[in-house]
Amino acid sequence: MRIQLDFVAVLSQWQLLLEGVAWTVGLTVISAGIGVLLGIAFAWARSHGPAWLKWVVGTYVELIRNTPFIVQLFFVFFGLPAAGVRLSPETASVIAMVINLSAYATEIVRAGIDATPRGQVEAALSLALTRAQVFLHVVLPPALRKIWPALVSQIVIVMLGSAVCGQISTRELSYAANLIQSRNFRGFESYLVATVIYLLLALAVRELLNWLGPRYLFGRAS
Amino acid sequence: MVEFTLWDILRNLLLAARWTVLLSLVAFAGGSLVGLILLVVRLTGMRGADLAVGGYVRLFQGTPLLMQLFLAYFGIALLGIPTSAWMAAAFALTLYTSAFLTEIWRGCVAAVPKGQWEAGASLALSFSEQLRYIVLPQATKIAIAPTVGFLVQVVKGTALASVIGFIELTKAGTMITNATFRPFVVYSFVALLYFVLCFPISLYAKTLEMRLNAARG
Repeated sequence: MRIQLDFVAVLSQWQLLLEGVAWTVGLTVISAGIGVLLGIAFAWARSHGPAWLKWVVGTYVELIRNTPFIVQLFFVFFGLPAAGVRLSPETASVIAMVINLSAYATEIVRAGIDATPRGQVEAALSLALTRAQVFLHVVLPPALRKIWPALVSQIVIVMLGSAVCGQISTRELSYAANLIQSRNFRGFESYLVATVIYLLLALAVRELLNWLGPRYLFGRAS
Repeated sequence: MVEFTLWDILRNLLLAARWTVLLSLVAFAGGSLVGLILLVVRLTGMRGADLAVGGYVRLFQGTPLLMQLFLAYFGIALLGIPTSAWMAAAFALTLYTSAFLTEIWRGCVAAVPKGQWEAGASLALSFSEQLRYIVLPQATKIAIAPTVGFLVQVVKGTALASVIGFIELTKAGTMITNATFRPFVVYSFVALLYFVLCFPISLYAKTLEMRLNAARG
């Protein structure tokens, strides 16, 4: 038999693909921003907070890291409305992605914080910096620099994971692929095109973040 | 109308969880085998092997698992082979697992000092003897903790097989939700069951890691 592939049928729907890419990137940017900030806050709570807070954050992290993203997404989108919280697919997607990323980011950032030499904290405190100042200016920047590659990888993983959000009809890239294949029955081609786009997006996001981090977030290693 | 008690929900989810476990085991076993072959091919230093395996790894790490599942599902059908959700899921998850494991293990082999290879060579051991008697035993010791840790990713990955219609824990949750209209309860149970499956593995991986670090001083 001959296998006939028809990519023109897929690529002619480029507007849908483009819209999908825009949604995927948008979801990623928003949830990466909030997720990393939350992760930093949780990491602080887990290494500096009172005992009960450490326990709460620790439980949260383990709960999220040991359940699949798709279940978290379904819980937010299908489960929460039963408890009285009604969400649009897009909002539910962002919430699930933020929850997921923040748990992983907590562990990653905490590893960076724990690697700060004690002497640096003591030196900063002896210069009459407050605890908050010490954390923000002395502990956090080098910690971020150390763990940035791991954090970037995690953000890419969350972006690739967002392909699942199409299942609750968020109009991201995999949803577009699904829509196209339901119009022209070119399932393989349509998912192949989407997969290639994901691959390019993953490369681009990784490059961009690796460039952005040292430049704007925590300064270059001296 | 059939009434679902909490026990009915949990019982049906537990029955479906068997498929999650089975799919995880198949993917992990198959992935280990393929991953090991890829690792050895890479270590032989054959021309282009490093490039090809490296590309394979980046391909699977740089694309969503969901897309890999869809491609397997439609791709196998395109080849004219009669396929099922189970086959496509097992195939895609095996390749996915092999890509990650071969990369993890490569790091473990690289952690064995180069002198060990050279010492083996100076004793006139062939490449396969060096690998089998000198390097792999040492690399295995380092590899166990991250490999066990990755098993958690595989178990969570199987949840995506629900999307192509394979009835495992997540799909069963969706089906029971549609029958009972109690998504909050059902998905809580689903999440809980995944947690019960994954958390002990995570803890075990952490223990192994600490033990290894302690052994190295």
